[in-house]
Amino acid sequence: MIEIDKITRLYNGVPAVDAVTMTIETGTVTVIVGTSGSGKTTLLRMINRLEEPSSGEVRINGESTLTIKPHILRRRIGYAIQGHGLFPHHTVARNIGAVPELLNWSADKISARVDELLTLFSMEPETFRNRYPGELSGGQQQRVGVARALASRPDLLLMDEPFGALDPVIRTRAQDDLRRIQKQLGSTIILVTHDMEEAIRLADRVAVMDSGQLVQHGTPAEIITRPATEFVADMVGRVERPLRLLSLVPVSELVEEGVAEGEALPVEASLRDALSACLWTGRAAVPVEQDGVLVGRVTFEAIRARARARAHP
Amino acid sequence: MRIGTFLRPALTLLLLALVLRPVWFTPLFAPFASAGGPVIYERASLLSLSISHLGLVAAASAAATLVAVTLAILVTRPAGAAFLPLSRTITNMGQTFPPVAVLALAVPALGFGAGPTLVALFLYGLLPIFENAIVALSTLPPATMEAARGIGLNRWQQLVRVELPLALPVTLTGIRLSVVIALGTATLGSTVAARTLGEVIIAGLLTNNTAFVLQGGLIVGLFAVLIYDALVQLETRLVRRTGG
Ligand SMILES: Nc1ncnc2c1ncn2[C@@H]1O[C@H](COP(=O)(O)OP(=O)(O)OP(=O)(O)O)[C@@H](O)[C@H]1O
Ligand SMILES: [Mg+2]
Repeated sequence: MIEIDKITRLYNGVPAVDAVTMTIETGTVTVIVGTSGSGKTTLLRMINRLEEPSSGEVRINGESTLTIKPHILRRRIGYAIQGHGLFPHHTVARNIGAVPELLNWSADKISARVDELLTLFSMEPETFRNRYPGELSGGQQQRVGVARALASRPDLLLMDEPFGALDPVIRTRAQDDLRRIQKQLGSTIILVTHDMEEAIRLADRVAVMDSGQLVQHGTPAEIITRPATEFVADMVGRVERPLRLLSLVPVSELVEEGVAEGEALPVEASLRDALSACLWTGRAAVPVEQDGVLVGRVTFEAIRARARARAHP
Repeated sequence: MRIGTFLRPALTLLLLALVLRPVWFTPLFAPFASAGGPVIYERASLLSLSISHLGLVAAASAAATLVAVTLAILVTRPAGAAFLPLSRTITNMGQTFPPVAVLALAVPALGFGAGPTLVALFLYGLLPIFENAIVALSTLPPATMEAARGIGLNRWQQLVRVELPLALPVTLTGIRLSVVIALGTATLGSTVAARTLGEVIIAGLLTNNTAFVLQGGLIVGLFAVLIYDALVQLETRLVRRTGG
């Protein structure tokens, strides 16, 4: 459990982060969203003490971070920096293996881990292992930056806009990979983004920052349906609101008996995918399949009813 | 590049011949010799003079590099920032003193020979290295430095694993300038009895023998050109590796 306790950071008397208090459960993904300059990076950097708070403190499992030497603290916390920050004079493999090296892993174990991570991020180890960061595309550099943060399997991961430079296809895949790894390892992730879509897709809890203050901290559904301020409502977007809500619900929740025409959707798909399929093909219902076997259908009418019920509970 | 691939070995061979087999060049230098005087300098072997010359330059440059880089590291730490102006003043003074004056002042203290020359070359070498090292260490990519701290390197590891390697190419440019200046300046050392190639030039000037002057000058010039070129190549290679 990470407790952020009335943490404040002043720059020339002006608060960049203003008395933020927030508790983060172990094994969850918390996404911090906010406009540019709202203090997201500053908040994140105070957790691993790259920035010292002007007042307040952070406790990890009850232990104040102020009692630990900063560089020792940071070796325990994975950190993917905004804009990758790779070491230009080290190969991809050495960049990814930087923290394991500091923790004295054996060379074999490090190189196995490097290859595993490269593969995970769809980068052929043979091809990329010995390249220098200058020989990678922006998106590849960013993935190596994220791989470096994951390398030692830290319990806590801080990620500052880790997918900003990725194209939509790879970004979606990287998000899914991150979520899968997180579930597998049970790690705690605090991720910064200004993309609400990304926040809702990844988060167990969303924290919305506005001018240094934490204006709302809740589940994605709460943020969408009960925005605490106008600012939060604007961040969610009034037009996208119902669709974002539907994207949180899997088709499996509305599956009913019956048949429908056309291409089937997997049960893991969201209601938004189902709605989109209905609209695009003009169907009133879409068949649903599980592991390739038809299990029923989801109707347009049911989606509409659910959207209304969720929006006005 | 193309020119270099032919010129480099050609100049190296020319230099080797001039140093090891000077008599081969008798016909070439004969027209410049004083009437009836010797054409080729034979009072000392050119090889031993060259080795002594290069040795002085190497020792002085190594010491200057060590001191200048250490100073640059200290004044680019947060705790040392206050000393930046002072250390700049000191190294600049080293540069504004004419080399001959340094030699003249150092002789009473250190006696004739290699000592005063080493001091002069050392003082002259400091400034370019110090300035370049400071620029290099204070313009490192901020994101990389942030990452170095962020993954948990301590101060010393940050310096040794990240800052110094990244600062190396620009620092090397300073070292190159300093070495080339020292190669030329070292010739003055022979006025206070240091064994350098300046001996040949001075002997030529004293006896009005242009052949000696040409011979000594040519050898020093070729050393300067070839060493400069080698260091440029080293830098290029380093820059390419650090992703420039
Ligand atoms: N070192 C600093 N000195 C002075 N002001 C700073 C410093 N670092 C950040 N700030 C200010 O603090 C505020 C918050 O900055 P921060 O980097 O946390 O924003 P952010 O939410 O991460 O923005 P972005 O989405 O653009 O990355 C900004 O107004 C910024 O100008
Ligand atoms: Mg930021």
